[in-house]
Amino acid sequence: MGRLKTIGRRSFLIGSTAVLGGVAFGSFMVARPHANPVVAGPGEAVFNPFVKLTSDGITLIVPHADIGQGVQSSQAVLIAEELDIEVEQAELSFGEPSPAYYNTAFAEEGVPFMSFDESAMAETMRDVAGGVLKLIGIQGTGGSTSMPDQFEKLRTAGAVARETIKAAAAKRTGVPVEQLKTAKGMVELPDGSTIAYTDLAEDASGIAPITNVTLRDPSEWDKVGKPMMRTDTLAKSTGTQNFGIDIELDGMVYASVRANPRKGGEMLDYDASAVEAMRGVQSIVPVMNGVAVVADNTWRAIKAVNSIDINWGEAPYPAEMDAHWAELEASFVEERLDQEWRADGDTDAALAAGTPISIENRAPYVAHQPLEPLNATVLVEEGKVTVWTGHQMPRFVQQEVAKVAGVTADDVTFFNQFSGGSFGHRLEFEPVRQATEVAMTMPGTPVKLTYSREEDFLQDFTRQIAMSKAEGVIEDGQVTALSLDIACPSVIASQMGRTGQNVPGPDSQIVAGAWNMPYDIPNLRVRGYRVPELAPISSWRSVGASHAGFFSENTLDELIREAGADPMEERLRLVNHPVHRTVLETVAEMSNWGEDLGPNRGRGLALVESFGVPTAEVIDVTMTDQGIKIDTVYIAADVGKVIDPINFENQVQGGVVWALGHAINSQVTYSDGMAQQTNYHAAEGMRIYQTPEIVVKGLENGSKIRGVGEPPVPPAAPALASALFDLTGERPREMPFNKFFDFV
Amino acid sequence: MQLTVNGELREVDVEDDMPLLWVLRDELGLNGTKFGCGIAQCGACTVHMDGLAVRSCQVSAATADGADIVTIEGLGTPDAMHAVQAAWAEHQVAQCGYCQSGQIMQAASLLDLNPEPSDSDIDIAMGGNLCRCGTYPRIRAAVKTAAVKLKEA
Repeated sequence: MGRLKTIGRRSFLIGSTAVLGGVAFGSFMVARPHANPVVAGPGEAVFNPFVKLTSDGITLIVPHADIGQGVQSSQAVLIAEELDIEVEQAELSFGEPSPAYYNTAFAEEGVPFMSFDESAMAETMRDVAGGVLKLIGIQGTGGSTSMPDQFEKLRTAGAVARETIKAAAAKRTGVPVEQLKTAKGMVELPDGSTIAYTDLAEDASGIAPITNVTLRDPSEWDKVGKPMMRTDTLAKSTGTQNFGIDIELDGMVYASVRANPRKGGEMLDYDASAVEAMRGVQSIVPVMNGVAVVADNTWRAIKAVNSIDINWGEAPYPAEMDAHWAELEASFVEERLDQEWRADGDTDAALAAGTPISIENRAPYVAHQPLEPLNATVLVEEGKVTVWTGHQMPRFVQQEVAKVAGVTADDVTFFNQFSGGSFGHRLEFEPVRQATEVAMTMPGTPVKLTYSREEDFLQDFTRQIAMSKAEGVIEDGQVTALSLDIACPSVIASQMGRTGQNVPGPDSQIVAGAWNMPYDIPNLRVRGYRVPELAPISSWRSVGASHAGFFSENTLDELIREAGADPMEERLRLVNHPVHRTVLETVAEMSNWGEDLGPNRGRGLALVESFGVPTAEVIDVTMTDQGIKIDTVYIAADVGKVIDPINFENQVQGGVVWALGHAINSQVTYSDGMAQQTNYHAAEGMRIYQTPEIVVKGLENGSKIRGVGEPPVPPAAPALASALFDLTGERPREMPFNKFFDFV
Repeated sequence: MQLTVNGELREVDVEDDMPLLWVLRDELGLNGTKFGCGIAQCGACTVHMDGLAVRSCQVSAATADGADIVTIEGLGTPDAMHAVQAAWAEHQVAQCGYCQSGQIMQAASLLDLNPEPSDSDIDIAMGGNLCRCGTYPRIRAAVKTAAVKLKEA
């Protein structure tokens, strides 16, 4: 296929770093472990960065951030499976920022191979990219990587701890290690007596961890893959779960902030004279491009900061939406070609020989808006900084805070918190930087800075705006050619740019979910065009696939329907991989595809692969007196292995609700350089009364384990568009759909 | 002002216009009640005032003066859960969990007024409570389970 040659010509985001890194550092460096951040006190055993045993108890370090997706539980159960403890027996910690908690699974999205391409070349590139991620110690939660990253790592950590504990027991008792069994945090001797792990902590502390372990066969698992009670369920059902916003510290003060709503623009001047005398106000602190108020209560701080008269500078991007769209329109040109990602057959010749149908689709800016407003608590004392907040990138938090405080990253202690949602919002650093700026003015006093919801909306680095232009040919009821061009600004460049990092190479997220469409269309071309940065943008649940998956499937569905073919039959004819085919067949069976739906009803279908997970959705809609009702969503996704069926179902349902709510109801538009949507009344996503029944099936045919936080999102919008067309004969080609349809 | 919170008489010295939400959170340290939007659009701050579900971000301290307030902490505890909380745990409703205090308080109020709500009753009563994680299918199921639990109790 000439892959090697092609790759040599390309440079890729993580891939390019990886290739350079692999050459520069070599495999020796990659194989070296990072220093273990978990310190053993006297008599305490630390087996690896993930398991600590003391006479008081067992601590599991589960470093991927829990932003609602339940990975505290799913990480813990992976360790517990091999350690032979019940999850409830352990104390769980997010740990401290450390390169030892590197995430190699980010490599998957960074290399230009189909997810199911397991050729030597593809696997080598993934290994090299992963090696570099390990080497530079990228610690992060995102890209649905938690399970792929941790699946083997954490089971190994548990097995190492178990075998070392057994060795300690063997040494103490004289019983050969082969005769020892383990269960529920106890070593069992042949005579039936038991020794608690905690009683073996001191013995184990004197033994070098036994790393030569064999992981159990899945048939031996008694936890992984079985329904479990999430570790946070009880707390989250009783109001006792603390989030970052709930941090309380002795002597703490409460702050709020306003930065230029023309994001990135300067603050010209401000008049706070009306504020100084307000009750509870302690100080007014200018911060980068804005001003904060410190008070003795959050409400007083918000009220005061909203009362400051501020002159804002211009936005560094077009003030009005028309100019944003015009920039996208102008980007389908050779100079802005970022990468041709797919070139099957001869698309130009096929288009020239046929009668092409032109199709254009659009996706707007959309806000993240998790329900816990952004916040950060920071304490500065004698050259040291302590930070409490929920964040997806702990080491970057350290670095960014260090830059503001003029200290080194090692001087910054970070305690990650449970997050009240993220969806990509907690990849940004503004609140911690601002809280640090404020805390610098009052050493020794902890400052909790909380955004108002309006500030959160105004400062949201939204999902990317995007547009596609396609031409397709249909012949004899079949799709025979498709040229799909997608233009948007680079979300990765915008996001990484804010941490001062320049990411070279084409951005796979411009075309994610489209370039890798699992179809053998005889003539298929997918090209990404990079629009110069407009308003700042950031990863939004499912990132590039949130627009590109919509574009590719909404375009293909239009061609299929135009050809007079059945959306399921034609996709089954085109699909090029058995795992993806099974996903389609499964959702067809679940939905009883082909049945007569009766009057006033419509049905649609989409299949998108994102983050390596082929996901198909069938959506049924009904025309009612009150508008269009979304009745049922049938969804099948293949993740290789489902860790916890209950949380899996909840995540998948939530992903569908997220996708549909935004597809029909939400966008962010700019006027005078500011987002016009400033609270939930203007961008609410989905509410319970619009929520359909969502029937979920997890499949396990894929050869690798994948994460499911994001993959349910991309197919939902095109499946609904397909259903709306089936119902009305009109197809939405732009989100949000409520511009064209009335929903219940 | 004086108010009864979870059965305890509390006295606070605050402005008349400070929302009950912030009296609870920043003056009384009851952080189970959440700040989401500040304009009654999300329901995260829902508490019971004199037996009715209210958005505490919209109830001023002056209005709450003398009132009987129940927050999520007063509804039940991990060791002694209210039937609604128990149903929430049984269905493992929560993802991030940030909205769930408000959802639970709203559901408890619904079931107090309407012990056997229909699907449509649930959708209407819970329509003001936003869940950005999209746990609505589980919320529906948990409300129904809670209704059964309360009936049996």
